[in-house]
Amino acid sequence: MTARRQLTKITPYTALLPMFVTVLVGYIGAAVWTLGMSMTASRTFPSSRFIGLAQYERLFDNERWMLSLHNLALYGVLFVLACLVIGFLLAVFIDQNVTGEGVLRTVFLYPYAMSFVATGLVWQWLLQPGDGIDSAIRMLGWHDFTLGWIVDQDMAIYTVVIATVWQASGLVMALMLAGLRGVDPEIWKAARLDGIPAWRVYLQIVLPMLWPTVATVLLLLATAVVKLYDAVVAMTQGGPGTASEVPAKFIMDHLFLRSNVGLASAGAVVLLVPVLALLAPYAYARSRKEAA
Amino acid sequence: MVAGRSLAFAAWLCVSAAAAHAGPRAEVIHWWTSGGESAAVRQVAQAYRDAGGTWVDSAIAGGDQSRAVTVNRIIGGNPPTAAQFNTSKQFLDIIEEDMLNDVDEVARRENWDQLLPEPIVGVIKVKGHYYAAPMNIHMQTWLWYSKAAFDKAGIKKEPASVDELFAALDKLKAAGLIPLAHGGQSWQEVILFSSMLSNIGGRELYLKVIRDRDQAAINSAAFRKVLLAYKRLQSYVDPASPGRNWNDATALVISGRAGIQIMGDWAKGEFTNAGQTPDRQYGCIPGLSVNSPYLIQGDVFVFPKTDDRDAIQAQKLMASVVEGPGVQLQFSKLKGSLPVRPDLDASQLDVCAQKGMAILRDRSRPVGVTEVYLTPDQNGALQDILTAYWNTSMPVEKAQKSIASALRY
Repeated sequence: MTARRQLTKITPYTALLPMFVTVLVGYIGAAVWTLGMSMTASRTFPSSRFIGLAQYERLFDNERWMLSLHNLALYGVLFVLACLVIGFLLAVFIDQNVTGEGVLRTVFLYPYAMSFVATGLVWQWLLQPGDGIDSAIRMLGWHDFTLGWIVDQDMAIYTVVIATVWQASGLVMALMLAGLRGVDPEIWKAARLDGIPAWRVYLQIVLPMLWPTVATVLLLLATAVVKLYDAVVAMTQGGPGTASEVPAKFIMDHLFLRSNVGLASAGAVVLLVPVLALLAPYAYARSRKEAA
Repeated sequence: MVAGRSLAFAAWLCVSAAAAHAGPRAEVIHWWTSGGESAAVRQVAQAYRDAGGTWVDSAIAGGDQSRAVTVNRIIGGNPPTAAQFNTSKQFLDIIEEDMLNDVDEVARRENWDQLLPEPIVGVIKVKGHYYAAPMNIHMQTWLWYSKAAFDKAGIKKEPASVDELFAALDKLKAAGLIPLAHGGQSWQEVILFSSMLSNIGGRELYLKVIRDRDQAAINSAAFRKVLLAYKRLQSYVDPASPGRNWNDATALVISGRAGIQIMGDWAKGEFTNAGQTPDRQYGCIPGLSVNSPYLIQGDVFVFPKTDDRDAIQAQKLMASVVEGPGVQLQFSKLKGSLPVRPDLDASQLDVCAQKGMAILRDRSRPVGVTEVYLTPDQNGALQDILTAYWNTSMPVEKAQKSIASALRY
């Protein structure tokens, strides 16, 4: 009897064991190994020659890396804000019981089914001066129209924002819509009785109630920001010049093309810091909620 | 019963097929996948078979991808018999980890020390041992120009100095053409820079900056002049150039919409495919003075370490087949490159290649491209600065300082 009870106790842990090992070896192990590598003079091959923080010194002396961090911050803020606003507005729009809701929902969500590479390529074509939008508008009669953002030093990073927002806001809409549908109809009735306009209900009552959904969306978007790589490669290759470089691309370039595992690892560790900074408050809030 | 017998027969067939190809067996990783390239590599494969070996082709599209596979397979303990690399420091780390077999025996027999151009020897001979068999030579900084565009702009003769080049570019601009066809990707900007450094600075400054990474030379007024000339080229490109592929830029020259492109001799294939012949529709200029350095790179095969005697046999056979005069000529004819042996008869090659061969024989002119002297990492850092300087309003002093600091590592 007791043996059986013990068995039922052990079973869930046994089932979790593969996941536990994966996390320990694949995630934490790899992160610790990367941290170790970042303090060595590794080039093509991992080496054990310890050189302290020299790779980090070199990293922060590198203009391309600093520009990449700056671009990532700019991109992150714009991408997350735009996705949240557009996603929420789309969800509210569909929540008005519009006809053809199913079709619209699918249409808005479709971009998310595309890979970043495909999205990037399509937008590259659309934004290419002389092709795409540029020539379409010229054909409509505005002969002097030029759209050169993608080849413009200062605008290139914004084109990446546009393309990725187009792709990701559908997902935000789907999550928000699910949240909206979960709101108690009684609240709407009460608000209507009090004569509160709909936009205020959304903004001041419904949105705060959606906080858990917003937190999930934020987390998803934040990870998308940090790992931004394929869209940039497909759209601008980090150019013109180094104008739209991002940290993940710096790391990949140094890991493979430039045979500098040490410097790439240092970059990866630095990139882990904002991820932890984003995750820590979330994990903390979760643990407090569970304790309560 | 019948099935059993036919199975046995099939097995017998397999065994005899294997026996028929019992010679050295080489698995070769390379990235020659485009039309002309794969035709070229088929020549090498056929020569290897004719010499009694078995060629197992592992073509992987894309140089980066192909090299990554090679390195991963070496680390994983399942290396190919031979693998392609560029004539550069890409495989220096692999040599230092003692993971390549040398080909000293073949090198001694063929007298590579005397035969091969010095920059090539400098890369493949490490600590007195030869670690790679060179396949071909590419020259990186040819000037290609459209005769139609030159006629339209009223340019009578080929530019023979940097000043004349800028004068020609001005004339092309005045004629309403794109003076300089350029693909705005960082590696292509390095080509423009290398062209300016070698043509203005000459052999001495080029080697001081790129090979010796001499801080005084990088900070000198002469090097600043080079950077300014490089930046001046930017005023002659069209606004749509950022991100453009090199062959699209070549197409601009082919169609006569652009005047000049500075690009490696692989661009010749584009002209040939468009049905153009050198000295008729287009011209090729190897350098802007009679003694300007001729910047070379190319492809080599390396031979990952193994103790298997059959595999070592296959590697040795490969090294000697690759250097064979017939293979060398046929390969380069199809690929658009030059043979690594300056002793070969160049009359079979086209006019541009013949110019190149003549220069190659003058041992004072060939010099390696940046990748020959710099590690991939240093070269990448240089590339980052050059492309930023090209694309932004970065002052020349800052570019100079950044290059000095990047090449210190």
